[in-house]
Amino acid sequence: MTAAISIRDLSFDYPGSVSPFFSHFNLEISKGERFGLFGPNGAGKTTLMNLMTGLLTAKSGSILLEGLEIKNNHNAINKLFGLVPQELSFYQELTPVQNLEFFGAYSGLSTSEIKTRTDELLTILDLNDVRHKALEKLSGGMKRRVNLAIGVIHRPSLLFLDEPTVGVDVQTRFAIVEYLKALNMDGTTLVYTSHQLSEAEGLCNKIAMIDEGKIVAHDDLQALLSKHEQIGLEGLFINLTKPDA
Amino acid sequence: MHKLRATITKDFRVLMRDKIGIALMFGMPVLLVIIVTSIQNSTFELMNKNKITVLIYNLDSGRISKEFIDAVDKIGMFRIELDRRDQQQAKIIDRMHEQEAMLAMEIPADFSEKTMRAADVSAGKALESFGLEGDKAKPDSTGPLPLTLYYQPVLQESLRRSIEGALYSALQLVESKQVLRAVYFAVNEKTMPAGLEKSLMKNSVTLNSIPVSWDGIRHTPNASQHNVPAWTIFAMFFVVVSLGGGIVREKLSGSFTRLRTLPTSYFLVLLSKQLTYLTVTTLQAVIIFSIGIWIFPFIGLPTLDLPSDIGGLFVVTLVCGWCAVSYAICVGVFAETQEQANGFGAFSIVILAALGGLMVPGFAMPETLQMVMQLSPLHWCLETYSGLFLEGGTLADIWTNIVPILFTSVLLQAVVIMGLKMKRLI
Repeated sequence: MTAAISIRDLSFDYPGSVSPFFSHFNLEISKGERFGLFGPNGAGKTTLMNLMTGLLTAKSGSILLEGLEIKNNHNAINKLFGLVPQELSFYQELTPVQNLEFFGAYSGLSTSEIKTRTDELLTILDLNDVRHKALEKLSGGMKRRVNLAIGVIHRPSLLFLDEPTVGVDVQTRFAIVEYLKALNMDGTTLVYTSHQLSEAEGLCNKIAMIDEGKIVAHDDLQALLSKHEQIGLEGLFINLTKPDA
Repeated sequence: MHKLRATITKDFRVLMRDKIGIALMFGMPVLLVIIVTSIQNSTFELMNKNKITVLIYNLDSGRISKEFIDAVDKIGMFRIELDRRDQQQAKIIDRMHEQEAMLAMEIPADFSEKTMRAADVSAGKALESFGLEGDKAKPDSTGPLPLTLYYQPVLQESLRRSIEGALYSALQLVESKQVLRAVYFAVNEKTMPAGLEKSLMKNSVTLNSIPVSWDGIRHTPNASQHNVPAWTIFAMFFVVVSLGGGIVREKLSGSFTRLRTLPTSYFLVLLSKQLTYLTVTTLQAVIIFSIGIWIFPFIGLPTLDLPSDIGGLFVVTLVCGWCAVSYAICVGVFAETQEQANGFGAFSIVILAALGGLMVPGFAMPETLQMVMQLSPLHWCLETYSGLFLEGGTLADIWTNIVPILFTSVLLQAVVIMGLKMKRLI
């Protein structure tokens, strides 16, 4: 079975840095996983996500998404995955519908597909009442849901989520997590990173802990908890990423 | 096409929400063109149509002063106002301070007598040189009494010199005529017939003035023909505030990042922005030209006459618009914050407009600045519009001015791509 993501011997450094950020880094994420990527600030989570989505270019090594090398298959790869960035990446001046219309077209959907998907997503994410309101006038939680809707409008088989619930209330967080689980049930592989460890615990079935550009643990969540005799992800996180770990 | 249409729709929607940007792109230039044209119109009227009022205080009751006033009147550039009510110099100055006229002239009491005496002396000398005995009139020991010209200090130096030159010509005419009469009288002992005097004083050489315009027709410069194209160009380049700022917003909001992860080239985004804002610049031109044609006459300003080559005007408007849009995108790509884009964008346009001759005509600039002027794209835009609006040219006549605009636009586009790559945005 082809892996959803296969990273082999990856090396990367930022211009001007003394030592490489990633050196001979390897990681494999299987299709259908709800994969959590965790680590302290500066560990390399966002850098790794940017490398996997082609926003950054590796110095050497390869990254394959569903068997396609990202360097040479820009358009095909970009159709495969969706990205829900930490920043609210849309046009605040426009309404949810107008944003979805634009990003839907830009993702390659036809006008009728955009309409169907827009109605579907706004209903699922409970945004129907504000569909024609400018985003700058909506609450933080609503904006987060629109940010998510844009990332999934083209039904990607692989979804990257960088802190998708940051700054939202419990109800919105719950709604987003439930929607993500539903997406995964339909076959979407999730690659997720967050500092909300309790939320992550409920969502992820497989995790990797990285620190200073290296994987310090990679396994099923339950297996890791048993191995390190922890009852929750928070304890595991502290245990694995503490200075003398 | 579907993606391009969606992107253009998005750009128009974003633009329509930018109320301040719209006000700056449409409201400000319209106000500027009306205000500046109104201000400059009085200067143009003064130079082209209005005669300069001159108060003449004639203290002389003789024939020569009347002839001199007639000669001044015939020059055609003065509206003469004779005043005999008050003959004190202080009163003349008071009336000048009250802005009643730009000029005043005082003709002294014995002007005719002294001029005639001087003419007799000149005639006597002339006859003597021919070996004839002339009237032995003695020169006036007090010398000729000067005419006094008062002028407002705001009068431009060049205009004042022209006025002085014209007045000297009138004076010369009157004096020459008087010398001729004295010579004739000395020889014939009778007054010179009017017909002979007229034919002798008539210029045998005439001045043939040819306007060097593309169509060979004289286009009288007026404030509308000058200002409307100039401020249209300024308006076009001012899209930098909306477009440059919009690009920075897109970069900072993360929309830019998201677009990079979608299966479409960013060049489509650039193309959409160019088409959207090219529509804006064309609309600006249509609105400002329409105001010049239909609104100006209602507010007492000269009607804007469109060039005969309307197709050429459309092409020039597109070329200038493309240059303005390219500049705005360039500013947007390199600016890090919206404040930078707006501040630098607006400031640079004012400077480029000043250097480009939009505010002060290029020919009035120092030589060094005239060289720097060539670097301002606004200068070349103004040149192309001037070729159409002021010189009656067609596209075929002005294409050499279009080349630098196109070159600048292509260069700016290349810099944009370089900037996007350098900043890892594409």
